[in-house]
This record gives sequence, structure tokens and C-alpha cells, in this order.
Amino acid sequence: MTDLLAIGTRKGLWLARSDDDRRTWTVSAPHLLAQEVAAVSIDTRRSAPRVLAGIQYGHWGPTVMRSDDLGATWDETDHGAISFPQDTGAALARVWQLRPDSADRPDVVWAGCEPHSLWRSSDGGCSFELVRGLHDHPHRPTWEPGGGGGAVHTILPDQATDRVTIAMSTGGVYVSPDGGESWEPRNRGITVTFGPDPLPEYGQCVHKVAVDAGDPDRLYAQNHFGVFRSDDAGRAWTSIADGLPVDFGFPIVSSPRTPGTAWVIPLVADMQRVPPDGRLRVHRTRDAGDSWTELGDGLPDGNWSAVMRDAFCADDHERTGIYFGTRDGCVYASADEGDTFTLVADHLPDVLTVRAARLP
Amino acid sequence: MSVQVLLPGALASLTGGAKHVDVEAGGGTLADLLDALATEHPMLGRRIRDETGAVRRYVNVYVDGDDVRYQGGLAAPVPDGAEVQVLPSVAGG
Repeated sequence: MTDLLAIGTRKGLWLARSDDDRRTWTVSAPHLLAQEVAAVSIDTRRSAPRVLAGIQYGHWGPTVMRSDDLGATWDETDHGAISFPQDTGAALARVWQLRPDSADRPDVVWAGCEPHSLWRSSDGGCSFELVRGLHDHPHRPTWEPGGGGGAVHTILPDQATDRVTIAMSTGGVYVSPDGGESWEPRNRGITVTFGPDPLPEYGQCVHKVAVDAGDPDRLYAQNHFGVFRSDDAGRAWTSIADGLPVDFGFPIVSSPRTPGTAWVIPLVADMQRVPPDGRLRVHRTRDAGDSWTELGDGLPDGNWSAVMRDAFCADDHERTGIYFGTRDGCVYASADEGDTFTLVADHLPDVLTVRAARLP
Repeated sequence: MSVQVLLPGALASLTGGAKHVDVEAGGGTLADLLDALATEHPMLGRRIRDETGAVRRYVNVYVDGDDVRYQGGLAAPVPDGAEVQVLPSVAGG
């Protein structure tokens, strides 16, 4: 069996492969060199795995590229896979998230984009349709861009129902019970430090959300200050930051196999945004955030580089593998849920996104 | 009208390798020309303009050597026989 790790960076995409149960990795030559790759997905629901990449040509604008031969060739939809309808007056600025739906909906792929927008494809990512229910939401004009731009950066389609959960910076968490037709904010308990009201209905800068392996109503959120958990599909959130050295960070990842298990990578904030004392560390919970354990076997000291919100992911092995990349172009992998890490690649451009998959 | 469009190497793959493209367009403005170009080469059209029709921020367009930013933008006149050059601006890092 082959494991594939897609590494999207500010200047291209690299594909790393492991044929020895994730012990060693071989990193490809660059794909899409010089293009920013801020979103990537590996869709293993198809007979040939499809890699989708949300790229930014720099001078020439954003688009979605797709490869059905693991990067040997790339295709692009003539008129653009993602293009705002004329009546919106908007233009696509960046693709932040590409998310294949469940195996029961094999051609459905979701995209989260800047400006704030959610898109749904029913042809495997060749073309996407704007989710009007979110675009027409009365809150949308008041969602402000965070430092990286205003975008839908997290999409969590429920595997068994039509519920879709998204997160935005800023905007916060919104949930649709009906596949995107209607939306409501679900941010109660998530705090804001950049406005006069610490607990608004919406407008939070939620950096990333992950869903628990054992309970689709249990969510974990890394916020712009604060780490939170919801046990009721986002209706109420409580802090689970006790036990972490600091409560700021960008990504949060849950195990797709082991209930209660999730990981964060804390950063000192607000202004520094570096690992505490320069020690790059992952923190793991086994009890849904009631306690945290620092993990650092194989990770460096003297590291002053941040990990971005989409540059941390998990695979679906029985014993979860976790992977992350840094802004100084290093990629680390753990085949044992974070107990030990190995260096997959270094000296790459800033890592913006990683995704792992077992190839059939 | 017939206009010759000059493309940078980075965009030539979208026209089968051609850096010079002859375009027949009516109307006489840059918008008319870019519409005609996009009809024939949709990917090339998207590289130059976004879906609102605006020329991308880091793309420079010159009509007979004049920067269209100072010639009316998309309304800039493009006479028959003109040479329109598309270039990436100074940007990146």
C-alpha cells in the first residue's frame, strides 16, 4: 500500500509517497511550480484518485487544477471551475479549501473561497456552483476579512445527513441543516478579543474546526485566542484550553478513528505568533480536551516558524498518522498519533496546506 | 477590425505556443477586443481579466505602446491594425 502526502506551498505542490507504512517518504519534484497552492485535496472515492489544487497564478489569478494521474498531468476547466455569477459583482480571490464529501456522495466536492463563499461541485470538482443560501445570508456583508483575507476556510459535511458546518475568518461557525439552503450562526461561548462585545452572535475569528471521530455533534475549534469544544453541533461551546501553554494557534485536527483524540500546535500571540520559547510542539488530547499532553519527539527547538490553519492533517489509518508543515518549509510526519515525528521535507517554500491519503 | 495581440511566454501555452495572436473584433475598444480574445481562448481570457471583466491588478496592457490605465482602461480605443501587448507587471517575491 502507498500513502500519499500532498504538500501545498506558496510556490508549488509537492507529493510525498511512502511504501513502508509511513516510515520513510520520497518527495517528488515540484508540481505547479511558482504557483501558490493554498488548498489541496486527494479524492480517493474515484477509480483513479483525483488531486485537486486551488492555486493562485500570481499575476494571472486563481483557479482550480485537477490531476487524475497523481500529478503527471494537470487539467483546468476552460471557463474556470469556480467563477462568481455576474449578478454578484464579485471575483474569486483565492481558493482556501477543497473538501470531498462522503463516499455516499461520490461526485460531491465542496470549496471554500475568498471572498467569503461556499461552493458545491457535483462533478468531482470540474465545476462548482455558488451556494446561494450562504451568499444571500443577511450577515454576509458584515463578515470582515482577517489578516489573511475573508474566506470560508473550513467545510465539514456530515457523513450521514445533509448538515454542513463551515468556519470563517471572520464570521465564525455557521451550520446548514439542509445541504446549504439555510444557515445559522453557532458561536455561543466562543470569545472575541478584537471587538467591544466578547461574546457576539457571530463575527468570531475561528481559525479551524474539526469533528470528533465518535460523535458527529462533537466539534473542536481553534479560535483566535481560545480552544473550544461543542457537544451539540456548535450550539454551545466551552473552553478546553486548560492544560495548553497558550491558547492561540491556527490548526486543530481530530482523529478520524479514535474518539476524543485531537491535536493543536500552540503559538504565542497576539503579535509574535511563534512556538512558545521557540519549541515547536504538538499537543494532544485523548479525552476531548479535558487534558493535553505535549509531544515533541522528533520536533525541533530553536524554531520560530508558525503552522498555518490548513497545514496540519490526519490520515485514516487505524493508528492515526498526523502531518504538518511550517512556514519555514519543513514537513513533519508521525505514524503513531504524535508520539514520534520524522522530517519528510525541508527547505520548501512556506507550507500552506497538507493532505494525506491511503491510495487504493 | 483586426488586431495583433502580443503575449508573454507564460501565456503562450494557452494559444498553442503562439506569442502573436490575430484577433478580429468589433466595437473598437479594449473591452471588445478582450471579449473576442476570450471567446476564442477562454483560459487566456481568464488570465487577463477576472469574472467581473476587470483587468487583473498585476497585468499590464498596452495599445500601440500606451498603458491602457491612462487611456480609459477597458474603454481605451483600439484602432484597426493596432498592436496590443499583454505583460505581467513588476510583482511577486
